[in-house]
Amino acid sequence: MPLEAPAQFDVMLLIDVLLLTFLLVTAMAIVTMRHLFSIVMVSGAYSLLSAAFFVNLDAVDVAFTEAAVGAGISTVLFLGALMLTARTEKLPKGRQPLVPLLVVMVTGAALIYSTWDMPNFGDPNAPAHQYVGMDYMDRTPDEIGVPNVVTAVLASYRGYDTLGEVVVIFIAGLGVLVILGLASAVAVNGSRANEEEGP
Amino acid sequence: MNHHIVLRVVTKILVPPILLFALYVQFHADFGPGGGFQAGIIFAVAFILYGLVFGLDSAKRVAPPDIVKRLMAAGVILFAGVGLVTLFLGENFLDYDALHPDTEHHLGQHYGIIVVELGVGITVAAVMIILFFAFAGRTVEIHDEDW
Repeated sequence: MPLEAPAQFDVMLLIDVLLLTFLLVTAMAIVTMRHLFSIVMVSGAYSLLSAAFFVNLDAVDVAFTEAAVGAGISTVLFLGALMLTARTEKLPKGRQPLVPLLVVMVTGAALIYSTWDMPNFGDPNAPAHQYVGMDYMDRTPDEIGVPNVVTAVLASYRGYDTLGEVVVIFIAGLGVLVILGLASAVAVNGSRANEEEGP
Repeated sequence: MNHHIVLRVVTKILVPPILLFALYVQFHADFGPGGGFQAGIIFAVAFILYGLVFGLDSAKRVAPPDIVKRLMAAGVILFAGVGLVTLFLGENFLDYDALHPDTEHHLGQHYGIIVVELGVGITVAAVMIILFFAFAGRTVEIHDEDW
């Protein structure tokens, strides 16, 4: 791969740094907030920022999923669950901040230490770009004939796995149906529902 | 939410493009980013948005839970059914080349991928709508000051 023009690279880097900074700020905001509705909303924003970050890394399929699932559906489901519980998070009692802080610092240091062994972004010699991944890239035009290799891998080469995923989603839906059911609010908490009928 | 006229009007304008975009993502997955998972969720989001603004009962009239429940299973059956068809045509399970004799242009692969992705999309959309119904159905109507 020829090197890209330095100016363009700098812009991408700037966007990366900006997005990661925003992600950090949102994460810190989520940690410090106690109002659950705000937390759900900010975590939706966090997902959307992650999606933008994935687009910048050229992982559009992942970004698409993150935007639809993380920012869209999860937020709505969290709100639905939020309606069944309290509105604010309780303060933890008798907390010892030193021990958790130590655990977090050690874990974070280990994670940062492990990133030194990771290949650089876009490194053609990275393990992810060798072996089976390149095999799919080479064979898809000859064997499947669709331009989007992600779809070819997902639907054709790894069709078994995708079938398994769909079955998992189906079972998750069944589980929710069995546990929660589709009873209406009136049937579940009838007296409260009657009070709500105002003008 | 009867007094939220802006929300109601905007929702009515937004729902058709959301459904259309879901269909685009669904059937354009060979050529661009997307596929059954994303399309199913976007499709479900249109119903969820409608349900959030116009109430759960209106959403249940548009998407009757009895039908949505069956669609959950229908998607899985469609996916697995393609596998069975390829088995009966004498190839391996989910080997789409068996679906069409024109292996030059990989038509079998194209048909297989489209049908399989449709199965994924139907199941994902149905499960998401059911999840919303199940969670929202347990909540009494929310007043604005409760937020």
